[in-house]
Amino acid sequence: MSFQPVKFYQTGTFTVGNRLLSPDQRSVQANMERTNSLNSGHRACQGCGEALGARYAIDAAMHATNNQLVAVNATGCLEVFSTPYPETSWQVPWIHSLFGNAAAVATGVSAALKVKRQKAEMGDVRVVAQGGDGGTTDIGFGCLSGMFERNDDVLYICYDNGGYMNTGIQRSSATPPAARTATTMPVGPEPGNPFGQGKFVPAIAMAHEIPYVATATVADLRDLEHKVRKAMTFRGARYIHILVPCPLGWGTASHDTLKMSRLAKETGLFPVFEAERGELTHSTKVRRLLPVEEYLRPQKRFAHLFGKSPAIDTIARLQAIADKNIRKYDLLDKEAN
Amino acid sequence: MLKQIEGSHAVAEAVALCRPEVICAYPISPQTHIVEGIGEMVKAGEVKNCEFINVESEFAAMSVAIGSSAAGARTYTATASQGLLFMVEAVYNASGLGLPIVMTVANRAIGAPINIWNDHSDSISQRDSGWIQLFAETNQEALDLHIQAFKLAEELSLPVMVCMDGFILTHAYERVDMPTQEQVDAFLPPYEPRQVLDPADPVSIGAMVGPEAFAEVRYLEHEKQMRALELIPKIADEFKTGFGRDSGGLVRGYRLDDAETVVVAMGSLLGTIKDTIDEMRAAGVKIGVLGVISFRPFPLAEVRAALKGAKRVVVVEKTFAVGIGGILATDIRTAMDGISILDYTVVAGLGGRPITKKSLHALFEKAVRDDLPDLTFLDLDWNIVNKQLERERQKRRSGPVAENILRDVGSSHVAQHS
Repeated sequence: MSFQPVKFYQTGTFTVGNRLLSPDQRSVQANMERTNSLNSGHRACQGCGEALGARYAIDAAMHATNNQLVAVNATGCLEVFSTPYPETSWQVPWIHSLFGNAAAVATGVSAALKVKRQKAEMGDVRVVAQGGDGGTTDIGFGCLSGMFERNDDVLYICYDNGGYMNTGIQRSSATPPAARTATTMPVGPEPGNPFGQGKFVPAIAMAHEIPYVATATVADLRDLEHKVRKAMTFRGARYIHILVPCPLGWGTASHDTLKMSRLAKETGLFPVFEAERGELTHSTKVRRLLPVEEYLRPQKRFAHLFGKSPAIDTIARLQAIADKNIRKYDLLDKEAN
Repeated sequence: MLKQIEGSHAVAEAVALCRPEVICAYPISPQTHIVEGIGEMVKAGEVKNCEFINVESEFAAMSVAIGSSAAGARTYTATASQGLLFMVEAVYNASGLGLPIVMTVANRAIGAPINIWNDHSDSISQRDSGWIQLFAETNQEALDLHIQAFKLAEELSLPVMVCMDGFILTHAYERVDMPTQEQVDAFLPPYEPRQVLDPADPVSIGAMVGPEAFAEVRYLEHEKQMRALELIPKIADEFKTGFGRDSGGLVRGYRLDDAETVVVAMGSLLGTIKDTIDEMRAAGVKIGVLGVISFRPFPLAEVRAALKGAKRVVVVEKTFAVGIGGILATDIRTAMDGISILDYTVVAGLGGRPITKKSLHALFEKAVRDDLPDLTFLDLDWNIVNKQLERERQKRRSGPVAENILRDVGSSHVAQHS
């Protein structure tokens, strides 16, 4: 943790007051001049992880660019809850075009801004594109890969809640195995989403060897802010994948959004790391390793695993995924655990 | 300056003279030479302050164009056929957002069966997309329409398709008069957007609109196209003043005075029709032709005025609405509402089938005698069609249609030459 000498959990909680920190260490959200880029009054559900993630991410990007930022949005929850006509929560120049083209629209904005900069008609204005997991890992994947491959100067942020929550909780390629969705019901011999399917786009982004790839959760918002700010120090294509619990889709209590994010990380099911030009550069260690059951049990989408006769084999398969992540992304601090 | 160049290259040079800021494209025949030409000019530094982006699909091409246009850049792309269909969701989005993108459509058939040759099925399929559609008759007009298109698009904040016949125009070497940079600069001012993504004045573009306002937003798109009906002739007049030639406008008549029979068509086909008509006029037949340049907006009043003295109208179109027949013909009938004129629809030139003067001559002779069915398929080989129909009657698993027909065409070709 090169950027963060103070270990917040030393106080026993995750919410250290900013007064303990020097001004340069304080979060963007704690700054009096934060931009409230995604302003209050929007129509996200109570406990929405995506609204929280977007608020922190875009404010951090605004801070990093001295408010010289344009945001591009894919269709999805974030777009719908933030801009019910004629209202808008966005305090940044913002455009929504389609479900599957946010990365390409961002490429266009970036190209236009580059020309405006060359002509001295504008200063250095940067671009952030954002979408949910459906708009990123499924329908928008072609445009995303094209943007990566050309190394266009765009930071793409995926808010991953593991499904099409806006249309009624259907399965996406980011839905975890065994999870119940409206299109992977817990019936038949292998209830829920099948094992052996799906894709982890951060790894695919790394394969494009783009300048910067990172994952984050809304449990560690300082880490999220840091990664967005760091991403803005690079030119070219950058990708941040943020796990954002969806109380509605996951069947969790709205006050447990941060807890669920933390459990995803602490069980190893969601690896938190950074990579530059295709190589892993930093892994956020699991502080106190927990069995996956701790993460699965509170979620109604996994309730079928914990009936009268628990699906021990299925839980073991999910544990194996976590174990593999721990090995692959070097998530365990050997001295601490 | 007079030049003997390929149509695609003429368009590329004309677009370059318009000082585009972002160009994005995905290759598809017969559009390729246009974007190759501009790409080379950008790379060589001949087009200053312009980003050329090689995208991964036509859907991305139109999406990049949406982003760059919304960020205030003069934006150009080109496509054809399957490419246009692949970008359709973004095509509608660009007009819905009111972004003045200019796109060349190098008109080509739509598969299946896959076919790279010319007809108008691609752009016509987008007639309700909200884009303005202008059809060029010659390479000179294609070149000129691009210069006019940027002005029109930016004045209305609406995207424009310039449609030119694939291969017949795009790949034909013709003499064109290429304007100078000074002429184009005097005609086309820098782009001043109505809406732009600017941190100094942040706006949200592309909000969710419900039943309370959706119809109004769509109506305003229609209103813009109605304004285009006034603007297109005005811009053509300005163009004539600046460049010294007639190009563009809504419709163009040829030998319409006292014409009892009026042929209606779009694009390069008009040249062949004019030649045919000259011959028939020489033989004393009162026949003329009306070329439709602006297909969207459709100039109902101008078409009506041009046709109202005629006894019959023959619409020859390179499109086909399966299940009903003509598409341009349907619009022409709307223009003639309440006037009693016989009308004939002729579907011709699909998938690049040559439309010869000989065939047109025979067709128009029949029309003049009112000896045409309502719907004619010009030069359709009924033997081959009937053979396939018979095959399907005989055998349940009769096989793929196109391959059967190709085999029939091949064997009859062999029979003729053996």
